[in-house]
Amino acid sequence: MKNERPWAIRVDNLTKRYRLGGAGRVNLRQTITQTAKRIPQALRGERAPRPEDFWALNGVSFDVARGEIVGVLGHNGAGKSTLLKILSQITEPTGGEVRFRGHVGSLLEVGTGFHPELSGRDNIFLNGAILGMSRQQIARRFDEIVEFAEVAEFIDTPVKRYSSGMYTRLAFAVAAHLETDILLIDEVLAVGDVAFQQKCLARMGELAHGGRTVLFVSHNIAAIQTLCPRSILLRRGQVVADGRTNDVVASYLHAGGEGPARVRRWESGTGPTGGPARLVSAQIIPTDSPDSDLLDCTMPFMVAFEYDWSGAPQEPLRFEIQLVNGDGVMVFDTCPPETLWRQHHPGRNRVVCHIPGDLLNSNEYHVHLVLRQNDQEVLSLPDVLVFELLDSGRDRYGWFGKWEGVLRPRFDWQAQALPAAVA
Amino acid sequence: MADSAIVPGPDAEPPHLLRETVIRPTKGWRSLNLGELYLYRDLMTFLAWRDLKVRYQQTLLGGAWAILQPLATMIVFTFVFGKLAKLPSDGVPYPLFSLTALVIWTYFSQSLTATVTSLINNTQLVEKVYFPRLILPMSSTIRGLADLAVAFAFLLLVLAFYGVWPTWQALAVIPFTLLAVIATIGIGSGLAAINVRFRDVRQMMPLLIQLWLFATPVAYPASMAPAEWRALLGLNPMAGVVEGYRWALLNTGPFPLELVAISTASALVMLVVGLAVFRRIENSFADII
Repeated sequence: MKNERPWAIRVDNLTKRYRLGGAGRVNLRQTITQTAKRIPQALRGERAPRPEDFWALNGVSFDVARGEIVGVLGHNGAGKSTLLKILSQITEPTGGEVRFRGHVGSLLEVGTGFHPELSGRDNIFLNGAILGMSRQQIARRFDEIVEFAEVAEFIDTPVKRYSSGMYTRLAFAVAAHLETDILLIDEVLAVGDVAFQQKCLARMGELAHGGRTVLFVSHNIAAIQTLCPRSILLRRGQVVADGRTNDVVASYLHAGGEGPARVRRWESGTGPTGGPARLVSAQIIPTDSPDSDLLDCTMPFMVAFEYDWSGAPQEPLRFEIQLVNGDGVMVFDTCPPETLWRQHHPGRNRVVCHIPGDLLNSNEYHVHLVLRQNDQEVLSLPDVLVFELLDSGRDRYGWFGKWEGVLRPRFDWQAQALPAAVA
Repeated sequence: MADSAIVPGPDAEPPHLLRETVIRPTKGWRSLNLGELYLYRDLMTFLAWRDLKVRYQQTLLGGAWAILQPLATMIVFTFVFGKLAKLPSDGVPYPLFSLTALVIWTYFSQSLTATVTSLINNTQLVEKVYFPRLILPMSSTIRGLADLAVAFAFLLLVLAFYGVWPTWQALAVIPFTLLAVIATIGIGSGLAAINVRFRDVRQMMPLLIQLWLFATPVAYPASMAPAEWRALLGLNPMAGVVEGYRWALLNTGPFPLELVAISTASALVMLVVGLAVFRRIENSFADII
C-alpha cells in the first residue's frame, strides 16, 4: 500500500540476532574459566565454537504514514515482540535502522511500572513519568485519565487493592493520554470488559484522527480488523505480507500449518511400531478442504493414521487418541468402537477419527497416540501431532479478548414468550 | 473496519517541526546524552520518591531509621574504639567525632548498595520501557539524601547538646555532600552495570562496604595516618568527605587541603570511569538482565 502522506515511522532492513546457548546468565567464575580455556585453543590457532545464532528479525522494512493505524500480525516467534522492543528502544538492533518523526510513546504491557503499594494517584504520576511525560503534562491530563479509567472513588487507594479490571483501565488510561506523536501498543485489549474495550478502540481511533500514528502489535485478529485499515504480517523475522488488513489476515490464517507438526511421515520401515502395526504417517486434515492449511475452530477436521500391518487380521489392536490443549488440559481421550479393534488388513491401513467443527476452542493442541493390545499398552507417542486451531473471529459480539473455555460449541438456544400463568 | 483515509487533525504539527529519532546499532563508547537525562528529570525524582514512600510504608519507626543506624554504630564505636582502644579523636569528644563521620558514611554505604542493585531491582522496567537507564542509579543515589537530611538534623541536635554550635564553616558540608554524591554515582553506576551481567557484584557489596569503612577515617582520625601515607588515604573519596565534614562541623584544625584535593580528583575519575562503563554495557541490559 503506497502512502502519499509523509512517513512517521520508517523501518529499514532491520535485523536482530540473538546468541543461543552462549549468552544468558553467567557468573564471573564461568567467564574466567571459559576465557582461560580459550587461550590455549587460540595459541594453537583453533577457534572456539560459535554459539548458534538466531535471527529474530531478518531484514524487516516498512513505512508507516502519519496518522495511520497499522497492525502487526504474526504467530508466536515470528518476531513481533522483538520488533516492538527495538521500536520502543528497549533493545538495540543488530543491523539496519529505524527513524521516527515525533515523540514516541509505548504502551507495552499493562501496569509496567505500577507499584502495588502506591495509590492510584501516585501511580498515575509515576507511570506517566516512566512513559516520558513531565509532571505538568500529567497534572494537566490527570482528571481526564481518572475519568477515562473510571476509578475516581478509589484514586487514593493502593492499587494492590484494585481489581484486575480497574488496574488495566488505569494503566491503559495513562498511556492513552500520552502526549506523543507515535504510539506503540502491544496486546492491551486482552483484559477488561467489552464496554471498556470499545472505549479503548474508540480512543485509539481518536488518537489517529488527531494525527497520531499508532502501531498495534497483536495476534488478536478481531481487534486488528476493527482498528487497523492496514496490516503487516511477520513470519520468521521477515515481512511476508503488507497491505489491506483483510488480505493480510487471510495470509495469516493460511499459514496455520507451518511450525507445529500437523503432518508426520516416516520412511518405510522406520516408523514406530506397536504390536504388528508400524506407523507410516500421522496427519491432521481439514475435512472440507483437505489441501488447505487453514484450520479454525469452526471447521471439522480429521486425525488420520496410516500403518502397515504384519499380523493376522483377527489380532486385536486399539488406537487411542488423547487430546491435550495448550494449557495442559486433557480435552478428551477417545478410541474407536470395539468392532474396529480386530479389523486390520495385511498391508497398508488407515484409521481416521472425525472431530466436528464448533466444538473445540481456539488453542494449541497436542495429540498423544496410544496403541493397546488386550489392554496392554504397546506404543505410546506423546505429541505425535501438534496443531493450532485459530480463532475464526466470528460470534464475538464486540469482545476482543481471549474467548474463555476449553470448548467453544454452538448450541441451540430458544427464547419465547410464555402464556400467562393461570391461577 | 475503520476508514483508511485518515486526515491529520487540527492539533497535528507540520511534519518538518517534529523531532526525528534514529535507532541504529551503536558500537563502542557512547556519549552521555545529558539533554535526554534532563528531559526525564521528573522520572528521577518520582522513582526516588516512590522508593522512599514504599520503604517507610508499614514500618513502625519510619524516618527514625535514618537516625538509628548512625546512632547505634556511634554507640558501638564509642565503646570499642573510644573507651577500649582509646583511639585519638582530634580533641573532640569521641561520640561527636564518630557520629559526624557516620552520618555521611551511612549515606554513602546505603546509597552505594541501593545504586548497585538499582538496575536488577527494576528488571521489569528495564525489560519493558525505554528511558535513559542512568536515571535508575541516579535516583537511587539521590533518594538517600532524604535520610541524610534527617540524620544531619539529629547530628546538629547532638552537637548542640555537647555545646558545639555550627559556624559559617558548617556550610562546607554542602560541597562535601556533593562530593559523596559524585563518588556514589560514579562507583555505583559502574558496578550496577556490571551487576546486570555478574550478580557476583551484589554478593560482594557487604564485604566491600565493610572493608571500605575501615579504609575511611570514620572510627579514627586521618591525622593518625603517617604524613607520607595520607595522600594514599585521599585516593578514597570518602576520606576527604569525612574529614571535610569534621572540619566543617567540629572545627578540628586547619582545612585538610591536600586530602580533600586528592579525594576530589579521585571522585571525578571514578565518576568518569563509572559512567563510561555504564554507557558501554547499557545497550545490552534488556537482553541479559
